[in-house]
Amino acid sequence: MLNECMNIIFVGHVDHGKSTVIGRLLAETNALPKGKLEKIKSFCERNAKPFEYAFLLDALSDEQAQGITIDIARCFFKTSKRKYLILDAPGHIEFLKNFVTGATNAEAAFLIIDANEGIQENTTRHAYMLSLLGIKQIVILINKMDLMNYAQPVFDEIKSQVDSYLKKINVEPVGYIPVSGRQGDNIASLSNKTPWYLGPTTLETLDKFNMQLIDEKQPFRMHVQDVYKFTNSGDNRRIIVGQINSGTIRVGDKVIFHPTGKLSTIKTIEVFNAPPCFSARMNQSIGLTLHEQIYIKRGDVISILNQSEPMIASILKVSLFWLGKNPLKLGKIYWFKLGTSKTKVVVDRINHVLNTSSLEVIKDTTEIKANQVGECILKLFTPIAYDNVSVNIAMGRFVLVDRYDITGGGIIVDHIIDDKALLQKKLSSRNFKWLTSDISLEEREQLFNQKSKLILITGDCEAELRKKIALKLERHLFSLGKFVYFIGIGNVKHALETSDSSNLNLADENLRRFREVLNILLDTGLIIIATAAKISSEDLNLIKMTTSHDNIFTVWLSSNTNKTELSEDDILYFNISDSLDELLLKINNLLQTKQNETLYSR
Amino acid sequence: MDQLEHLENKSIYLLREAYSQIKNLCMLWSIGKDSTVLLWLARKAFFGHVPFPLVHIDTSFKISEMITYRDKFALEWNLTMIIGQNKEAIHSKQTFPDGIIDRTQCCQSLKTTALKDTLNGKKPRYKLNHNTGNYELDSNNEPYTGVIVGIRSDEEGSRSKERYFSPRDEHNNWNIATQPPEFWNQYKTDFLPGSHIRIHPLLDWTELNIWEYIQRENIPTVSLYYDQGTGQRYRSLGCAPCTNPVCSSAKNPQEIIVELQSGRFANIAERSGRAQDNEIGGLEELRKEGYM
Repeated sequence: MLNECMNIIFVGHVDHGKSTVIGRLLAETNALPKGKLEKIKSFCERNAKPFEYAFLLDALSDEQAQGITIDIARCFFKTSKRKYLILDAPGHIEFLKNFVTGATNAEAAFLIIDANEGIQENTTRHAYMLSLLGIKQIVILINKMDLMNYAQPVFDEIKSQVDSYLKKINVEPVGYIPVSGRQGDNIASLSNKTPWYLGPTTLETLDKFNMQLIDEKQPFRMHVQDVYKFTNSGDNRRIIVGQINSGTIRVGDKVIFHPTGKLSTIKTIEVFNAPPCFSARMNQSIGLTLHEQIYIKRGDVISILNQSEPMIASILKVSLFWLGKNPLKLGKIYWFKLGTSKTKVVVDRINHVLNTSSLEVIKDTTEIKANQVGECILKLFTPIAYDNVSVNIAMGRFVLVDRYDITGGGIIVDHIIDDKALLQKKLSSRNFKWLTSDISLEEREQLFNQKSKLILITGDCEAELRKKIALKLERHLFSLGKFVYFIGIGNVKHALETSDSSNLNLADENLRRFREVLNILLDTGLIIIATAAKISSEDLNLIKMTTSHDNIFTVWLSSNTNKTELSEDDILYFNISDSLDELLLKINNLLQTKQNETLYSR
Repeated sequence: MDQLEHLENKSIYLLREAYSQIKNLCMLWSIGKDSTVLLWLARKAFFGHVPFPLVHIDTSFKISEMITYRDKFALEWNLTMIIGQNKEAIHSKQTFPDGIIDRTQCCQSLKTTALKDTLNGKKPRYKLNHNTGNYELDSNNEPYTGVIVGIRSDEEGSRSKERYFSPRDEHNNWNIATQPPEFWNQYKTDFLPGSHIRIHPLLDWTELNIWEYIQRENIPTVSLYYDQGTGQRYRSLGCAPCTNPVCSSAKNPQEIIVELQSGRFANIAERSGRAQDNEIGGLEELRKEGYM
């Protein structure tokens, strides 16, 4: 027997016989507790009820309610090939949240259809969800064949109906099996009542399923989960960790980090309580050290040089399902998470909402309600790296977070080229060619006993006030022994004006140069205090992209706190009616709060 | 990759995710086999370091070998070891062994209440001083907002409904009906101030997996799990007055694996030696109140 455990789910319309088939499977594989089967059979006899395999599961769930060990939510059984775990995936549409939670962990699914009732609403809905969730191994069990006298035409008719639906949603089922959960036909052994069906049985089909296939030729992908340096425990390794999405990585490989385009070489693969390791592959949670010490952060995607690269995009066409109590709304901002990468998004357009039974689309809508499926255009605040789901499923699916909760999930269908993605490409090629120092940013930060940080002072007040605050803050930090430097956007602007720049959009070019200068200065480990007028949310995103830094503290000085498009958590507002000293005190206090304390000590 | 490797890599991912996303994190260490495997996985995930405190709730009735074992490895593995205790109840003898209250009430008081007060920092915490080997009052009383716990879904019914990242409200309550969705390696890592998250990296492991891993990694475990010549061993560890051994002559992890595979215990709950489970309400009632 293989030492593996495959997760499977049973889905289908209500009363099409899920529990009966599961009960029968458990009984046939001797997975039931001792005496259970006999106990229920005798109970049925005493109460003059016909015995049903579904009672087995009901009985188990009763026991569960009494706090005994067995739970219908997770049933284990085994065949001569391997262990199986049946996951709970409730079929009612109101429980889509739980359906998704159960189904996404399944390697294979059985879709059960009542031979008498044929395709019903949940049949198609579940099939559609399975395809959206990326479950490829689907078998259709046409159940209750005993009620239809095991008639082949009944089976063939349902089969052809299901097949034509599945074709439309690009699902290729592994097979169709005529079964009777109640009578046990074609479950564990081939039934003589269906001589026209030559096999395989349900159990044989199960054993033919594959665990997640490992394709050695797939290009390497890994999301950076974290970067460790346990210096306080006397460990100087700088270890980049993550779980490999696909492919294989080896010591000595040249790697690219996306979307920044930075380049480095794998020095070691770190392990604990294991022999030295020189290569690692899909699904392994690993730790890497690098030769060139570049700035890397959580969410970056690693690929290997000369293998195909992920796409970089910031406008995405997506198919998604919605789970939130509040509908997904046009124009609303959410968090978007793909692997460990995370950015804000705005819903730019809702193309349609889909009726998963008829596959009809409803256009001209401004929201997608709970348990609905639809297609949207999402605009990301900062570009991300992704792959087409057909090439690499884990790199092409995402979730949306509304405040504190995951409220939706989906797959990226396509992207639209836009200025931001083009800029990211340019930045990426700049980073790719960057001559990297041997000294890492972390080392510099350690020497300076501070975190490299950008304190951006902006707003619609007079330039003079911004400068005053900046200089006072610089002096204050300097007197605390910090390595700090003041730069105004004007310093860059004047350099630009002396060159021949008649064809350029001056304001844009000016800001671009400002961003590039900030990028270099931040790499020195300094605390930079920069001033610029009326920085917009978009400007701020561009600064984040250019410097690939999240460590930005933005101060907005204004006489009117409502006059900005910047969202609240990006920025701190200060009213200029306060005296200069009061302002400084407030800014300084906020700099010292928990999330910014690293500025003061490491 | 075999099943153990799958489980190991997933658990490591979950531990790293918790460490990356949650600020005031701690791990519960009951000294039992599951939380010891969890601790070992943390050492693997963080390359020999454990970058968050280990919290042990000391009921004062634990079997003495457990305490000796705890302090030995806390020192050897350089752990930030924190102890919490319901001192009032113990000093005023409001316990089951003192004959005042029943088992469930005793668990609620010495474990659940003690745990709640230790996590939220309302009662004193004691921290191991690695120079002296003594426990000293910990000056840090910030609430822990993330608690890593070694529960497994196959242990009993209510645990099988759990998520990997499971939110608790400000009263420590677990609301089964409104559990968050959890898919594609995305977990609930954002939460309302005041609430906290329990993280369950061992959810998919079975009792057999735990022993296979202990054997494969050669993880040191308390000797109470093995037959020392009396024909008995403990299958699950708790307080001395409420924990009973099972009949078994398994003397090491390998023999325990053979014993489990033989199906000898197939119809006997792993926690059957834990007397509090058998009282009315049992473990499910305890868990709603915040018991692990």
